[in-house]
Amino acid sequence: MLVGQQQRLSDEIRGLVERYGRQRNALIPILQELHAAHASISDFAMQVVADELGIHPSEVYGVVTFYQFLRRESQGRFVFRLCRTISCDLAGKARVARQLENDLGIGFGQTSADGRFSLEWASCLGMCDQGPALLVNEKVYTRVTPEQVHQIIEECKATFGAHARQVAHA
Amino acid sequence: MTPVSSKKTPFTFDSIEPESGLKAALGKSRADIIAEISASNLRGRGGAGFPTGTKWNLAAAAKVPPGGRKFVVCNADEGEPGTFKDRVILTEYADLVFEGMTIAGLAIGAADGILYLRGEYLYLRPHLEGVLARRRAANLLGKNVAGRDGFDFDIRIQMGSGAYVCGEETALIESLEGNRGEPRNRPPFPVDTGFDGQPTVVNNVETLAWVACILARSGQWFKSAGTAKSAGFKLFSVSGDCTAPGVYEFPLGVTVQELLDKVGGSGAKAVQIGGASGHCIPASEFSRRIAFEDIATGGSIIVFGPGRDMLTVAKNFMEFFVEESCGQCTPCRAGNARLLEGIEMLERGECSMAYLRELLGLCETMQVASKCGLGQSSPNAFMSILKHFRDEIMGRTAVAH
Repeated sequence: MLVGQQQRLSDEIRGLVERYGRQRNALIPILQELHAAHASISDFAMQVVADELGIHPSEVYGVVTFYQFLRRESQGRFVFRLCRTISCDLAGKARVARQLENDLGIGFGQTSADGRFSLEWASCLGMCDQGPALLVNEKVYTRVTPEQVHQIIEECKATFGAHARQVAHA
Repeated sequence: MTPVSSKKTPFTFDSIEPESGLKAALGKSRADIIAEISASNLRGRGGAGFPTGTKWNLAAAAKVPPGGRKFVVCNADEGEPGTFKDRVILTEYADLVFEGMTIAGLAIGAADGILYLRGEYLYLRPHLEGVLARRRAANLLGKNVAGRDGFDFDIRIQMGSGAYVCGEETALIESLEGNRGEPRNRPPFPVDTGFDGQPTVVNNVETLAWVACILARSGQWFKSAGTAKSAGFKLFSVSGDCTAPGVYEFPLGVTVQELLDKVGGSGAKAVQIGGASGHCIPASEFSRRIAFEDIATGGSIIVFGPGRDMLTVAKNFMEFFVEESCGQCTPCRAGNARLLEGIEMLERGECSMAYLRELLGLCETMQVASKCGLGQSSPNAFMSILKHFRDEIMGRTAVAH
């Protein structure tokens, strides 16, 4: 990472610390904001957060690696999470999964080479009566059919840029 | 592709005058509010079924260390497979939940409420923040709530980050504090040593909505529905092989068959009650009642039609637990992985009866030795499917998939 980038990231983290405070219970909201903005939490970012909160970086690492939605490795701008729970399974998630792999050109657990898309499994998304359910960033799609997968991906491509990751702020 | 409302029956919530529960609570002493909840026999709607009045009494009586304060936490980390009633409540009845939290704050003497919302429901947050802002503007939150001098109460939302185990209340508190969501040893219980070491009440979304209803009507009214040991109404999240999946309200004590007839799942082969951590009930037991004294549940009902392979069902649940075990204690971390391996052996038709008995012994070890409810209940589905559907599971000659 270039020095300028590091400086910008450090400033950003200090801004978040201003907002959420230095107490330990600010850690996860700070990490959630960082992840939303950068699609990953780098080792450098973890170190700065640890310094700002006065805790050991291994504490931050422990938290980042515990939660499904916080990641060290870089994720795509659009994270596709297909529900793999039994209700969505009964509703035909296997075919949707196959078509997602085909149309995105990646397997589950992978990110596309252009950094646009990641494909993952999700535990129950709470849309069990309207499965198969698919979460794309913060948007949920229900009763997804294999032939709709292409359209969903096109919608993402159309919004890529300004509205790619809208995150609700407190 | 766009979600539609999951609500399939009228809910009792519809008949409750907005804020009438809070208004009634403001006219009562703290002890009388808790007495009303105790009189209703309301038990936690998240699944564990702990008496809400008892929990509140303990938190109300708990001593706060100097400079400390009590907390009300709403557990909106709805993650049990097949459960979506809390999503519906938060979408369509958020005011009722916040009203219930405010009543809880009044009853136990807390000024801070926290809604812990699962990360998967981030799209609900703008709506919920809007409801909170409206309540603040109407003085239903903030300083001297609804004109009651000295009663300050506000609610903030904190997001989860994708961890099923955080639905366990001590793991949820760890997460609120900025830690890995690893359950704590109990005791001490949260009512005594909860968020930031302070007395904390953690209640399910649905429980808090019923609290507002009970104060609006009465404990006696609530108790008049349901059975002697399982008072009142319950929301059920119904999915799987039925013609009308969605959220239904029934009084507790409803039989599995009655429920199936209502949701269009009459010809079912089996029903999973209580989600992945619940039990699989075969057709021969459909006359059993859904109630704390018979089949207890947080409300997840998954219907399996005649053609379904029950080993596939067991495998899906076990994959879930291998993924979601927090890894802190050995029985759960290693046990779930061994059980999944066993299911894969059964799938290939390579499991001896002797080894199957060993696996069942492992299930019992996990039930007694796991630290929290996740590992204690994760063997349930495997055990009940093995018990009821052994004839279709043993001696397979071909891989199902």
